[in-house]
Parts: sequence; C-alpha cells; structure tokens
Amino acid sequence: MLETLAQNLVFGILMGALYGLAAVGLSLVFGVTKFLNVAHGELLMLGGYASFWLFTLWSVDPFVSLPAAIVFLLVLGAIFYKLLFARMVKLNEGEKIQTTLLIGFGLSLILQNLALRFWTADTRSITTWYSGAVFAFAGVRFPLVRVASMVIAFVVVVALQLFLQRTYTGKALRATVENWEAATLMGIDIQRVYLLSFVIGAAMAGVAGALVSVGYSIEPTMGMSWTLKSLVVMVLGGLGSITGTFVGGILLGLTESATGFFLSLTYKEVVGLVLFILILIFKPQGLFGAKEG
Amino acid sequence: MLKLDNINAAYGDLQALWDVSFQVNEGELVALVGPNGAGKTTTLRIISGLLRPISGHIEFDGRPLERHAAHKTVELGISQVLEGGKVFTTMSVQENLELGAFIGRARQVKDETLKRVYKIFPRLEERKTQRAGTLSGGERQMLAIGRALMSKPRLLLLDEPSFGLAPILVEQMFEMIKEINQQGVTVLLVEQNVRAALELTHRAYVLENGRIVGQGTGSDLLSFESIRSAYLGECDA
Repeated sequence: MLETLAQNLVFGILMGALYGLAAVGLSLVFGVTKFLNVAHGELLMLGGYASFWLFTLWSVDPFVSLPAAIVFLLVLGAIFYKLLFARMVKLNEGEKIQTTLLIGFGLSLILQNLALRFWTADTRSITTWYSGAVFAFAGVRFPLVRVASMVIAFVVVVALQLFLQRTYTGKALRATVENWEAATLMGIDIQRVYLLSFVIGAAMAGVAGALVSVGYSIEPTMGMSWTLKSLVVMVLGGLGSITGTFVGGILLGLTESATGFFLSLTYKEVVGLVLFILILIFKPQGLFGAKEG
Repeated sequence: MLKLDNINAAYGDLQALWDVSFQVNEGELVALVGPNGAGKTTTLRIISGLLRPISGHIEFDGRPLERHAAHKTVELGISQVLEGGKVFTTMSVQENLELGAFIGRARQVKDETLKRVYKIFPRLEERKTQRAGTLSGGERQMLAIGRALMSKPRLLLLDEPSFGLAPILVEQMFEMIKEINQQGVTVLLVEQNVRAALELTHRAYVLENGRIVGQGTGSDLLSFESIRSAYLGECDA
C-alpha cells in the first residue's frame, strides 16, 4: 500500500518535471511578450514527432536527436512568430492577450489537423533497447528513461535561468519585461527580444515533446491538454519565477498522481483545473511569484 | 547640435505639440519649462524616437531624426532619462548601470565609464550590489541618470529629475546635473520646478499647451513678468 503510494508519487514527480519544462517555455513567452500562445502544446507535439520520426526512419537515438528537435522548433517558432505574431507587438496588453489567444487557437487547430492528416491519429512512442531499463530503490521503481528526462528538463531550466541572470542578452530580456520603454532607450531592440523569447519558448516545448515521445507517448491531439497543464503550472508557480514555475510543474505532477491514487484516475485531469481556479482566487500572484511593486 | 523645426505631435486624435521649434547647442544646459500637460515629456519622446511626429523635422548633428528607430537613438549619442527614472527594480544597481552600456561602443569602455559614474554618484557605488527596487526616490533618480551616462551620450535628456525629491535633494541633484554638463555633456532638462531650472540653465524655452510661448536666458525669464506670476507665484500687487 505504502509502496504503491510512493511509486505513484515518484511517477508524479517524473511527469511533473516535464510539465514544468513545458510551462517554463510558455511562461517565458508570456512574461516577455504578453503573447498567450495556446498553440504551445502543439509545438510540443511537433517536437515529439520530430524525435519519433528521426528514430523510426533513421534510428537516431531520441536523446542524441534532442539538438535536432531544438533546432527544428527554433526555426518553426521563428516562422510562426514572423508570420503570425510579429504584428501584434504594437497592441496594448489586453488586446495582445485576446488577439494572440485567437491566433494561437487557430494555429493549434491547423497543426493538429495537419498532424492527423499526415501521421494518423495513432498513439506513438519510441521504444529503444534501453526503454525497459529500471532501477529499484526501497521497492520503488525508477524507469531510466524518465529519470534521464527529468534530469534534462532540470538542466534546460537551469540553463535558461543562468542565461537570464548572467548574460547581457538575458538581462536585456528581463529589462524589457520590466519596462520596455526604458529598455528601448538603452538601445535594446524590443522586436528582437520578443522574437528571441518566442523561439526559446518554442524550443523548450520541443525538448519537452521529444522527452514525452520517449518516456511516454504522443498523438496529434495531445497539444490542448499540454497547453492547459502549462497554463495551470504557469499560474501555480507565479509569473516571472523560472524556478517557481518548474517547481509548480512538479507539484502538479504530484497532485495528479495523488489524486489518481486516493480518488480515481478519472479525476486526474480535473484536479489540475480545480487547482488553477483555487490559486487564482486565493493567491493570484502564484505560489512563488513576486508581488507587484 | 539638436534642432527641432515645426514639430507637430499627437496621441491618437489628441494633438499634444503645435509647431514646436527650438534648438540646443553643443555644450549647453537648456531647460524646457512649463506646467503639467504642456507637452514637455512629449517633446523628449519625439527626440528619442519613442513617439513619431506627424509633421516637422528634427536634426541631430545635421542628421534627420524623425524616421529613426527609437532603439538606435542612443547609438547617435542621445540618452533619455524617463520621468521617475524607471530603473530596473529586480536588478542590482550595478546591473542597471551595465545595461546602460548595452550598445557596442559603450560596452567596450564600460568599466571606465562605470568609475566615472560612481565618481559623480558615490552613493551608487555604496549600494552597487543592492537591488534597485530597494533604493529611495533620490537614489533611483541618480541611478537613472547614471545609467543614461553609461552609454556615453553627447546629449542627455532629463525628464523631471527633481520630481518627488525633498528640497535639499533637489539642490544636490541640480548640482550634479551642472557637474555632468561641465564635463562636456549637453543637457536638455524638462522641469516643473521652474525657478530652480531657470537658475541652473544657460537658456530656457517655455512650453504651454503644446506651444513654445517664450524663450531666453534663465535670468531673462526669471524677471519676465508673466513667468513670475504664472509659475513662481509672485505678483506685483
């Protein structure tokens, strides 16, 4: 009984790290540009398929092909940004959120249906020679692939954090978040900052998707659920806190698995959304978010 | 050095500037004074490119500015301090200053400029690792000016540097501005604190309802009848 619970919680944490990774990407884009890209889950789906096809067609190991998935999503992100989002920069914040929500929704439907058309609705996953590898500790099993995925998610998030804290470009990005006019007067090109944060967000979705395709499974319609989870985690962790968002992802994973254990797996999806509403009512700045001013 | 010629500007349908013309010469300390809502800030936004004029010309060193992208203005040697300073509150004092030297040519000589800025504002050096959000109003204003100096501007645009400061600090602030100007930086100062501004500057323009209504040397304007009654609260009863 206790072992089953522990096992569930471990799976929850492992899954949650990927929620965190996806949400950090969405949160970065939203924080910098105020674009609410609800096609974020579809970008994640594309990252998953990139990894899946590279493995299936050319037997490239999914962990080796991660950089390719990143580059693929960087390029796609840049194209979508230039084509669909760039002209929204001049709108005020409210209009920006509304308009990009609609654009993102349209984009997500298009990508979903293209994926259905070309790749069928089949659920896919990558099975490598090491996919079944598991190590056990105190009776709890740790699947190697999922543990590796969590480590990678963690490394990516830390790398992003360091980039934002230590580099000139990262600081320019944070300056833009705080006051874009002051940032402009420093010589920072806001359009480039927006583009940069958008493609970084897309690349993070790509990494998350590739990791999902190897530890779990992917399908064309998976995006919506991932967007929703990312939104929940973004609000849970609090805007503007990268580590807070990542921890928020793990919390969501834990909550889901605890719900699955104590109530029923049926309620797993619902509980995240209930959490979402509770946070918005009682702690709208998020668990780790900075208060205004 | 800087020349505005018949500038008209508007926010949407609301016209804020009407045929504004004036100029600032190299090395000068010039004030733009006038009441709240006169268009002083708008004028600075036009110069730095944050706002496009609907008509008129601006020249800096003989080069037209009116189509210039705002983020490139600083490369020409123009640096604007926004009203209230607008420092980056989540970053340290030093990080703020380093961002001021974002453009290539300033970044190369960053450490040297930093020393100079700390010399003008020793308070900033004492607090360099502190988060800018924890600074007092006066310190933030110093940081904002210091940050603007980090780009090694030839023309510094200051928007209400005395706003919200205690009288004793206002005096200190104006002394520092004078020092900056004496080090060779041309300054265009926007102020509501008319008397202090006129005492400090070489020349001044008076802006009212979006129009230039007067100009002259600081002491000229100080003795100007309508200025005295309108802005300094004095009248010959």
